[in-house]
Amino acid sequence: MNGTRATALRVLRQLRHDPRTVGLLLGVPAALMTILRFVYDHDRPGFTRAGPALMVIFPLVTMFLVSSIALLRERTTGTLERLLTTPLSRVALLAGYALAFTLLAFLQAAVVTGLSLGALGLSLAGSTALVVALAAAVALLGLGLGLLASAFAHSEFQVVQFFPAAILPQLLLCGLLVPRPRMVGVLHFVSDLLPMSYAVDGIRHLAAERGAAAAAVGDLAIVLAFALGATLLGALTLRRRTD
Amino acid sequence: MNGSEQAVAVRDLSVRRGGREVVHGVTFELAAGRITGLIGPSGGGKTTLMRTLVGVQRHVRGEASVLGRAPGSAALRRRVGYGTQSLAAYEDLTVRENLEYFASLTGARRRQVDDLLARMDLRTAADQLIRSLSGGQRSRASLATALLGEPELLVLDEPTVGLDPVLRERLWGLFRELAGSGATLLVSSHVMDEAARCDEVLLVRDGHLVAQATPAELTRRTGTDDLDQAFLRLVGGRS
Repeated sequence: MNGTRATALRVLRQLRHDPRTVGLLLGVPAALMTILRFVYDHDRPGFTRAGPALMVIFPLVTMFLVSSIALLRERTTGTLERLLTTPLSRVALLAGYALAFTLLAFLQAAVVTGLSLGALGLSLAGSTALVVALAAAVALLGLGLGLLASAFAHSEFQVVQFFPAAILPQLLLCGLLVPRPRMVGVLHFVSDLLPMSYAVDGIRHLAAERGAAAAAVGDLAIVLAFALGATLLGALTLRRRTD
Repeated sequence: MNGSEQAVAVRDLSVRRGGREVVHGVTFELAAGRITGLIGPSGGGKTTLMRTLVGVQRHVRGEASVLGRAPGSAALRRRVGYGTQSLAAYEDLTVRENLEYFASLTGARRRQVDDLLARMDLRTAADQLIRSLSGGQRSRASLATALLGEPELLVLDEPTVGLDPVLRERLWGLFRELAGSGATLLVSSHVMDEAARCDEVLLVRDGHLVAQATPAELTRRTGTDDLDQAFLRLVGGRS
């Protein structure tokens, strides 16, 4: 517990020394959402359909990139090897990262949701708390996937190449472009296996339907299960003993 | 130490790395409360041996016991300090923040952070990011994290590389002090003049233990009064 708190604090301190990254993490989604609003200037229903999906896509993208590079650095600079000779357990290390990144995701979600619901005129029928919870769950998913990607990359150059491989297919199939039920059988089936689909389903439920909280909570649980699975799988790649 | 005399005991230890054996059946013991130098040319297996003792090395055969337990076991992680050769510090944190993080992981007292900053001559650089420091300052910051929490065994991989003579002198003074208070130190180096400061020397070449002796024995055995010459004779004699 102590190690988790210390690690979360350390990760947040690293971010504090890097205001540019924090600025990008918080500012870019807000800017993109604003652009999207004006892209759909003559098609408000289009914005109402695509806007909410982006609220959960942003945290996945940013947390994947941030965590894959942060963990790759731990692996390649020797800090991970050093940590594994201290009493800090691997679970505590990952929990520390999860804690710090979830905080960041909350902050990001607050900015994007605030802007979207306020100035950009998006409306959500469901609870805002569930939207933020969904964004945090997706952030944890990004951490798990980033952790996995960091295990299969030897350089920062390689690890960013996992972004098109691991994230873009989910973006194409999550229902942002075409509703999932209208996809051809095989693609629909594949989209059923991808976590992003459930995040987008969840936010759609919250955006469109009143009283769809139960359906959204189900989607949230599925995203959390994927996040946990990816993180546990990634934890197996954090070996104490290496070549 | 519960009165036991050996801090480390290694028997017939072999290690494979990258598909080939790099340490070949090494046997030695380290007496508690002494400074042992692990000396030898680069690429001879010094780091692999040290990684084995702190329990992060794969493909190890043979027996190894550290403070009476298997290397890397959970109970040892508070009792063994490891100073890596590569920088084990976060470049985007300050020196103090790095030390505070490792202090909270090892359960070291906060006072020790200030103490180590002073002893490592890092007080004026304490609030600078590691990124912005000189090479020597960085390696001292990294070394300081290994000394936190008063470990019983210190495994230090080339801790004095790139340091000026004044700092080197000061560090060896610190090592001597730690040994005086009961800690066991294993310090690697590829320069022979560091061997003279050790109680005992393990001379390693190409994954073989060439000699284990006190510096005085080494010079006597090779019939010279110069450690560099002794080193060359012992290391050269096998090729």
